[in-house]
Amino acid sequence: MEPSEKSPEIIICRCEDITAAEVRKLITKGYRTPDEVKRFSRCGMGQCQGRTCRNLVLQEISAATGQEVKDIPMATFRPPTKPVKLGLFAKARAESAAEGGGDR
Amino acid sequence: MRSVEIAVVGAGPAGLSAALSAAGQGASVAIVERDEHLGGQLIKQTHKFFGSSRQEAGTRGMVIAGRLSEAVRGNAGIDVRLGSTVLGYYSDRVLYLEEPDRLSKLKAERTIFATGAAERMLTFGNNDRPGVYGAGAVQTLMNVHGVRPGRRVLMVGAGNIGLIVSYQLMQAGEEVAAIVEAAPRIGGYLVHAAKVRRAGVPIRTGYTVKEAVGEESVEGAVIWRLDEKWRPVPGTEERIDCDVICLATGLSPLTELMWQAGCRMAFVPELGGHVPWHDDDLRTSVEDIYVAGDASGVEEASAAMVGGRIAGLAAARSLGHSEGVEERLAEARRELAALRAGPTGEKIRRGLERLQQGGEGR
Repeated sequence: MEPSEKSPEIIICRCEDITAAEVRKLITKGYRTPDEVKRFSRCGMGQCQGRTCRNLVLQEISAATGQEVKDIPMATFRPPTKPVKLGLFAKARAESAAEGGGDR
Repeated sequence: MRSVEIAVVGAGPAGLSAALSAAGQGASVAIVERDEHLGGQLIKQTHKFFGSSRQEAGTRGMVIAGRLSEAVRGNAGIDVRLGSTVLGYYSDRVLYLEEPDRLSKLKAERTIFATGAAERMLTFGNNDRPGVYGAGAVQTLMNVHGVRPGRRVLMVGAGNIGLIVSYQLMQAGEEVAAIVEAAPRIGGYLVHAAKVRRAGVPIRTGYTVKEAVGEESVEGAVIWRLDEKWRPVPGTEERIDCDVICLATGLSPLTELMWQAGCRMAFVPELGGHVPWHDDDLRTSVEDIYVAGDASGVEEASAAMVGGRIAGLAAARSLGHSEGVEERLAEARRELAALRAGPTGEKIRRGLERLQQGGEGR
């Protein structure tokens, strides 16, 4: 086989197009939880909401720091579990108002 | 706001079984499924199942999906909501749903999360090239939509999914160049491994993918050997020509709604990753919430169906629907123990033990 000229890119987060090199650089800088990596790179904030990259980020942090995955604190999980069209929220609010209810 | 006694989230083998057993006790049930069909991943399982006859061994998964779906549709006590995704779970026992054209709330006295699992991705060079697929996606393409993913496939992972999907690829007329497996041993049943080996497919244990080759799409893969500490050994690279790299590298439980609900979670590698702590009734640390199927720990569909029955029965019992429930629960527990007996259940037994020692993670 022909040797590769430069090492090819490894994608960690497909939705936000974040590479392993970028994640590893953040970990080296001291961002050592999935939440920190997420806030500084948007890793896990895309269409799939981290369902693909969450485990990979945990593995990267574990490999770089020697911490076991079970000891790495997870980011907080909040609704909604998936992207929702704003129009649906507007519709829900209008329906609720029509029924005489408040925002909830 | 609509209300129901028991909400079941997910209409795969665990969710359908849970809905049926809960409704069988007389509970009012709503089953919420984001897909447009009942049956979950069972609908693409064209192979026959193992296990005992009580779990429909010898029957193809897709046939089991049909039977369960028919029973659910024919049950007046079960409200089926397809195309509906649960966006959130709130502590006043309210589920927030995205239905096809509106958002709505559903109040449920008990909720059973049977949300299944997601495929694991792998880190290797060019892992975003078109032609890199998950094995589940390949099964959906072939067995649901009748589309072949390519011509020549490198399978990554020699667990049961990797072995079975390799065989199904060959049935669809694809060539399987090889199966690589990072572990030193084949993880799946030897009867499946023997079947693909007899067809001439090499199974390379102790190997993984280094990188995909190809600019526009996959034209090949470079594999390399792993040492006993799972570190790649430079100089052992080999090129394999293929236009599909199919990843059968495991599943991880889909648990975000249970994280949201505040269920105590534990990281248990034998069960696929983070799972909610649960007792023998499959009740989580939040007493109104039950879990079943792969979301409680990745296992086979036969175990998911029995687990679903247990969760459905236990949830119904907790609401006073207790006629005959103890016998049914006892029977289901015996079946589950039988499924997990023997060497193939060793990993699950170890995982469940670790879960009970629990509190790893948080």
